Amino acid sequence: MDSHLILEHVPRLRRYARALLGDRYAADDLVQDTLERAWNKFHLWRPGSDLRAWLFAIMHNVFVNQVRSRRNEIERTMEELPAIAVRATQSDALELADVERALNGLPDEQREVLLLVAVEGMTYDEVSRALAIPVGTVMSRLSRARERMRRLIAGAQQAVPLKVVK
Amino acid sequence: MTQVSEDDLQAYVDGVLVAARRSDVEAYLADRPDEAERLRAYRAQDAALRAIYDPVLAEPIPPTLAERPATRWWRTYAIAASLLIAGIGVGWIARGAISPLVPAPPSFARAAAIAHAVYAPEVRHPVEVGADQEDHLVKWLSKRVGTELRVPKLGSLGFDLVGGRLLSGPQGPVAQFMYQDSKGQRLTLYISAQKGEGRGDTAFRFSQEDRVSVFYWIDDHYGYALSGELRRDALLAVANAVYKQLNP
Repeated sequence: MDSHLILEHVPRLRRYARALLGDRYAADDLVQDTLERAWNKFHLWRPGSDLRAWLFAIMHNVFVNQVRSRRNEIERTMEELPAIAVRATQSDALELADVERALNGLPDEQREVLLLVAVEGMTYDEVSRALAIPVGTVMSRLSRARERMRRLIAGAQQAVPLKVVK
Repeated sequence: MTQVSEDDLQAYVDGVLVAARRSDVEAYLADRPDEAERLRAYRAQDAALRAIYDPVLAEPIPPTLAERPATRWWRTYAIAASLLIAGIGVGWIARGAISPLVPAPPSFARAAAIAHAVYAPEVRHPVEVGADQEDHLVKWLSKRVGTELRVPKLGSLGFDLVGGRLLSGPQGPVAQFMYQDSKGQRLTLYISAQKGEGRGDTAFRFSQEDRVSVFYWIDDHYGYALSGELRRDALLAVANAVYKQLNP
């Protein structure tokens, strides 16, 4: 077995985990748990089949089983931070911050689908296999995720009337 | 023009519609500026997500993720199990669990590697008798193994004795001594009587059993195997010191 096969996917797994969880350390913990399970189960992977889909499927399962409770704690801590500190940036960064916040406002199952399609660039079939859901469910979650994002971002932009008025 | 569905619109955003279908969607959007604006917003937020998270790809990978994860309990047994499977001679090599074993080392070296893989990761009970009772340990194991054992002192190489335990090996009782350096890296020295064929003295031989490196030799009807997750040259230096101390 060539261990580099799995290691090649580590940057992508980290990107997905970071987007899924927001917190850098929780994300790398998720990647590490995923890799351990992948090493342990590597004999079950069929050579020639899609290793990326297999690894993302493992990460999805680890995420669903282990991480949700941990993430709720992180969200609680984040909410205690004063929002104003995040906003004291230039306009581009402020928009990205809105996007990030909107992403965090999605239900887990919608966020997973949106990230796999929009960031990871998976086909709908690949997402369906990675998350073990029908393609029809992929499509409906994708549609709902994008629309919810749009509304959350629009809401955030309207809710920033705190321009300095001279 | 055929009916345009929400799925078509999503696929349009993702740029995965076939050309004919794409023209249908574009015709549909031409009359519906609100819908066109909605899809533009989707594309913009997708691009923003990539802008936020793509930089993670370029970040240096933390060392903990850059190689196979460190030993955990399951890995210990995975190594031990794969070594046992190889030992049975099924001729089947667990993908990824173990590198091909050619030429097959004697079962002695393999047994030593298994014992190392099982006991070296032990946190609470690495040994049965600790180094603080070294005299008792040596007397006891000497009696069981059937020869007067000497325990090499490897402090000059950074390895201190942790203690030892009695094991059951392919040829009867085995003494296993464990050493540890300041970083927690462990070595085990595995000693048992050699009966039957292959009992003649040998030079050092080397065997790589998954991550466990083993130097082994036979000296005066006793087999010695030094195992550790060390590089071959580092382990050889220790093996030389062990051999010299046992054959002054």
